[in-house]
Amino acid sequence: MKFLDIVRSAIQNSFRNKLRTGLTVVAIFIGAFTLTITSGIGTGVTAYINGQVSAIGAADVLTITKAADATATASDGPAAYDPSKSTTVSLGNGSRPGSTIQALTTADLAKIKATAGILSVDPAVRVSPDYVEYAGNGKFELTVSQTGTITTADLAAGAQLDNSSSSDQLLLPTTYLDNLGYADAKAAVGTTVSIGITDYTGTQQTVTATVVGVQNETLLGSGAGLNRSLVAHLHTVATTGEPAGVSAGYATAVAHFDVSATKAQITAIKDDLSAQGYSSQTVADTIGAFETVINVIIGVLNAFAVIALIAAGFGIVNTLLMSVQERTREIGLMKAMGMNGGRVYALFSMEAVFIGFLGSALGVIAAIGVGSLISNLLANGIFSALPGLQVVQFAPASIAIIVGVVMLIAFLAGTLPARAAARQNPIDALRYE
Amino acid sequence: MSVPVLSAQVIGKSYGSGANRFDALKGVSLDIQAGESVAIVGKSGSGKSTLMHLLALLDDPDSGVLLVEGTDAKKLKAKELNRLRNQDFGFVFQQFFLTANATVLENVVLPLTIAGVGAKERKSRGMAALEQLELADKAKNKAKNLSGGQKQRAVIARALVNNPKVIFADEPTGNLDSATGAVVEDILFKLNKENGITLIIVTHDTELAARCDRQIFIRDGLEETADSPTGTHKRGGAHS
Repeated sequence: MKFLDIVRSAIQNSFRNKLRTGLTVVAIFIGAFTLTITSGIGTGVTAYINGQVSAIGAADVLTITKAADATATASDGPAAYDPSKSTTVSLGNGSRPGSTIQALTTADLAKIKATAGILSVDPAVRVSPDYVEYAGNGKFELTVSQTGTITTADLAAGAQLDNSSSSDQLLLPTTYLDNLGYADAKAAVGTTVSIGITDYTGTQQTVTATVVGVQNETLLGSGAGLNRSLVAHLHTVATTGEPAGVSAGYATAVAHFDVSATKAQITAIKDDLSAQGYSSQTVADTIGAFETVINVIIGVLNAFAVIALIAAGFGIVNTLLMSVQERTREIGLMKAMGMNGGRVYALFSMEAVFIGFLGSALGVIAAIGVGSLISNLLANGIFSALPGLQVVQFAPASIAIIVGVVMLIAFLAGTLPARAAARQNPIDALRYE
Repeated sequence: MSVPVLSAQVIGKSYGSGANRFDALKGVSLDIQAGESVAIVGKSGSGKSTLMHLLALLDDPDSGVLLVEGTDAKKLKAKELNRLRNQDFGFVFQQFFLTANATVLENVVLPLTIAGVGAKERKSRGMAALEQLELADKAKNKAKNLSGGQKQRAVIARALVNNPKVIFADEPTGNLDSATGAVVEDILFKLNKENGITLIIVTHDTELAARCDRQIFIRDGLEETADSPTGTHKRGGAHS
């Protein structure tokens, strides 16, 4: 019997008892549907997190702070003064209220730079502009994203910041557009805005910069991103009139390492820094815990779907065993006519695989339909505050894997009945009444 | 004398074991020459069906030797055995064994499908066999919609489609009324005379048995020696 004939007969045979096949298909459908939806949620949430990760920082970046003094606990009272230590600075937004940290000095920066594996280090210069104004439409407060300089933004329009450019560039969050007087994101790209900043002596000065792009809001708040040139420019303006001898202290520094560094290499760099008294974090460290929680939830949901599929697998065993029983004579006849056991086995296995394919294909299609619908409803409903979040997304590869896995489960479920069929003795089968 | 198509030498077969052991066949010897028509006659439970199953290589004898064209059947490999069943043997059953929901043509070409013959050739050979049995107009009907006589003709077409050397018929007219049965008998004997197909018929119908060249009587698993067709008649009549 040719392979094609086996496939054709298997498909015909599975439609012989439509109700029974239909019910088995429904069981598989439920499993495949659940698996597709959970994997879709996994894909959607992961894609969103990855988008957020790139908003926090690039993959080849370490955020470095001075390690906290272990001895200075609250019960001991203040530590003795040490003139060699730099002053403490507040970490500001996002950190524990009132927490302070030892500032990094230029000497620290040099030490970090000398660490093996670190390519470059930049102090995180903090600038605090007073306002931003476009075309005389009024002045509005400007919040600067501390990480905006080094990260890749999720753009609504325009281009990313160019840090090697000597021109002053900024990225505006979408929420700024209306107030500043732009019609839409595209209209903002290429325009020039003026930024007001107060210098050391209390005089307000104005710096102009070009809007190169508009970025979507992220989970981590919405601040404008400034390129290196603009940060330097604003810093220069802000420190105008500063007396000489004011020591420069930075809360954090940003170090770059080789983007192709392995996990072990990164750990080595971090250990090295920690031995020198600096704590460092990669973006993965920051986001890792969050991602782990999501993965655990997705894993549990997937486990339920797999349990459903295993139950459906027993449905296949049952369906095919009944089918073998019903078709005892037919199998006997085929064997009497010289069909070998292997072909009989193939015929019944193929039928199982086909039932699996039918259930999984229908389940996957339904899941994509329902998932997309719900995702769109949620994106415009309760998740509208999180732009860019499509809760359910479908990756073709994972869809193909689901269909493949279901067909494999079906095949495994089919082996038992198929073996029973293949082992039948033609004579016993033909005598069977 | 040429090598017999099938030669059984004191073959026996039993079922069960211990107290439940039942000797269906207790040592039967016979030779079947190519082109012969042979009737295996006996009551139900006499072992005649077991004998046919052994001759058709559907079952293995427990004792004795079965030669197929001079070769010991036990020494045949599974592949050769399947080829033999598929290409050299044709089967006609009392209960038809047609797949009810498949078309007549699909049923008829089953041996060709098993042999891996292409769809086009299957169709032409299947139609040729159906035409030979005047069933060509029913080719596309579902098998379950045929009458008893048509079903048996479809079964004969299926047995013929591979141009077999031997046709085994197990009570071919058992489920048919006498007029239809006579038509089916005529077809079988015509195939025997015109195509030279060896015919092995298992029956308890003495009239059918009498039409064969030779009759083998089986009783309680043993062959009864009787040569005259008239003797057959009487004994058979008593049985039926």
